[in-house]
Amino acid sequence: MSNATTNNDTVHRVSFLDKASLHIPTLRILQADGTTYEQAVLPNIDQELANKIYDTCVFTRVLDERMLGAQRQGRISFYMTCTGEEAAVIGSAAALDDGDVILAQYREHAALRYRGFPTEQFMNQMFSNEKDFGKGRQMPIHYGSQELNYQTISSPLATQIPQATGVAYGLKLQGKRNVAVCYFGEGAASEGDFHAGLNMAAVLKSPTIFFCRNNGYAISTPTEEQYAGNGIASRGVGYGMHTIRVDGNDMLAVLAATQQARAYALEHNGPVLIEAMSYRLGAHSSSDDPSGYRSKEEEAKWQQHDPVKRFKLWMINKGWLDEATDAELHEKYREEVLSAVKTAEKLPAPHIDEIIEDVFDKPTPALKKQLSELKEHINKYPNAYPKSAGRI
Amino acid sequence: MAQMNMLHAINEALSIEMEKNQSMIVFGEDVGHFGGVFRATSGLQEKFGKERCFNTPLTEQGIAGFANGYAAAGLTAVAEIQFADYIFPAFDQIVNESAKFRYRSGNQFDVGGLTFRTPYGGGIAGGHYHSQSPEAYFTQTPGLKVVVPRNPEQAKGLLLAAMRDPNPVVFFEPKRLYRASVGEVPEGDYEIELGKAEVVKQGTDITVLAWGAQMEIVENACKKAEKEGISCEIIDLRSLAPWDVDTVAASVKKTGRLLINHEAPLTGGFAGEIAATIQQECFLYLESPISRVCGLDTPYPLIHEKEYMPDEHKTYEAIKASVGF
Ligand SMILES: Cc1ncc(C[n+]2csc(CCOP(=O)(O)OP(=O)(O)O)c2C)c(N)n1
Repeated sequence: MSNATTNNDTVHRVSFLDKASLHIPTLRILQADGTTYEQAVLPNIDQELANKIYDTCVFTRVLDERMLGAQRQGRISFYMTCTGEEAAVIGSAAALDDGDVILAQYREHAALRYRGFPTEQFMNQMFSNEKDFGKGRQMPIHYGSQELNYQTISSPLATQIPQATGVAYGLKLQGKRNVAVCYFGEGAASEGDFHAGLNMAAVLKSPTIFFCRNNGYAISTPTEEQYAGNGIASRGVGYGMHTIRVDGNDMLAVLAATQQARAYALEHNGPVLIEAMSYRLGAHSSSDDPSGYRSKEEEAKWQQHDPVKRFKLWMINKGWLDEATDAELHEKYREEVLSAVKTAEKLPAPHIDEIIEDVFDKPTPALKKQLSELKEHINKYPNAYPKSAGRI
Repeated sequence: MAQMNMLHAINEALSIEMEKNQSMIVFGEDVGHFGGVFRATSGLQEKFGKERCFNTPLTEQGIAGFANGYAAAGLTAVAEIQFADYIFPAFDQIVNESAKFRYRSGNQFDVGGLTFRTPYGGGIAGGHYHSQSPEAYFTQTPGLKVVVPRNPEQAKGLLLAAMRDPNPVVFFEPKRLYRASVGEVPEGDYEIELGKAEVVKQGTDITVLAWGAQMEIVENACKKAEKEGISCEIIDLRSLAPWDVDTVAASVKKTGRLLINHEAPLTGGFAGEIAATIQQECFLYLESPISRVCGLDTPYPLIHEKEYMPDEHKTYEAIKASVGF
């Protein structure tokens, strides 16, 4: 029997372990007023990195605000915000190398932006126009970018978790100094795929960073009805994985944890689990009304922990930012987003010929036949198919 | 009779049965206090308590496995899968376990008290992960009943029958009709027998067959065809497994023609099964090939939803082609 699985400690009286036996501290570096804790060890961060992080925060806030507005005006059909979780998403993305592969859930567009996804491209996807990389097939916000190593979002929850294990294993086998980073919510961590993915990563020594955004809710379901154990972190330990819990509203703590997780994963060819404790400040999505399941007071309490504000105060304390520059940045992005909306809205939908593409590498004869029948039909009823009629 | 939408009718059916059957529990993601993302279970937790109507952790595999266990103890479980697109993590528990409990144990165990409710179908700008119609995967599994209602009255009566049926039932609810379909619904308790199709409208020239949300579409297409003097007999299959061969065959023997419409992709869809069976039953009566108007053989697209759908224009054209064959 291998020693790794045997515990030589024996006792002679029944003695159960419970969740309290597992003491999991939370890493905090930045205080509410923008100063750091006295004993805190800072991550690697200079002014340039800090600026890029803050820039991404502002862009994301502005984008979320504007696009939620656009959804309410009926210009796009659906939206989800990252609001309240910017530190978790951007702090972790900032610790990565561009060659690290990101497998996100759906609330992590800030990580994609950090990688350099242009504003117009966000809009092309959200408006499903002919320049959308996803060719108008998915709902708004299901981005993906081959160039930026950001795999396309799939709605079925948690499916990306075991996939990340496989991606990372592939990177290892090819001798790349890169990891796979997998984002998911504490809700998704209940799926079977989560358990399968973590177990395989630990056993197969796959350099994967599993990043859980524990934001308190899965749609209407609060964490008390999601799990009974000590959060998601305890499961990492259970699977034999390096694990850390961080304050997910603390940019510096997330950055520090992810930088070290990455270094560890590469050095030891092992996975790491990071649980970032945060709060979903907005609704689940534009289709959801949180007043049916949580109180205004609770939301207001969490507003006090705004991660962007905390980081901004730190930047100001450092002398790296001032209010005027901040206001200009907001204004710049408001204009940029608005003008990108206007442009993207005007572009036509992808051509109808694309409807049968990418099912396989090449359309099958049956698909070609279906397309030609469809086109003939559209020509007969052009008014019924405004997206494609007149362009056949 | 009261006017209500389909969600309300489903909610009434659940409430009636929970009242009558103390063992019955209702559960799934967001199903408890919030009443489900579509609000089909609204108020049930308040009425029946947290032990009988509750949120589960986010795991369809877990929900289905748990439901199997509860039902195998001889009790009644109604599990909600939030979207039919997300039934696949539960697929193993449903097709290998729910479906085979009775057969593999020589009838020592069964999960007859189990019903899976799940919203299916497109037309809601949901792209390919909120729009699928996966019924055919389940109709190919012996041991499962598959039911799809078309309006509030049918939803209530069929769901009451499904919950009481001594077999596991997968109950697909057409989500685009949840609020859009409003109609008269009988008060109190009533059942609509599973396994029976309904002839919704009599006709003589062609039998037009569909189920669920597509019923509205074929009805519109038939109205257009009638204006051109084509008399359509419209059938709502209602139950896909088992399905009512006799009613369909009798109709096709009368009309000589059959058109089947479903939203799922054409290839491997349930229309193929119906066409093959009816060809065998009615070969000498057929005056034109059985035609299928279905989704394309692609995943469900977002921006080209209209083009993808087997809509009333396509159905109308197919009716004319069949009659003019
Ligand atoms: C397999 C599957 N089941 C259900 C859903 C529907 N759904 C979408 S998001 C969501 C909640 C996810 O919560 P969590 O993972 O905590 O992430 P958060 O939204 O809080 O960021 C649910 C139930 C889905 N997308 N996939």
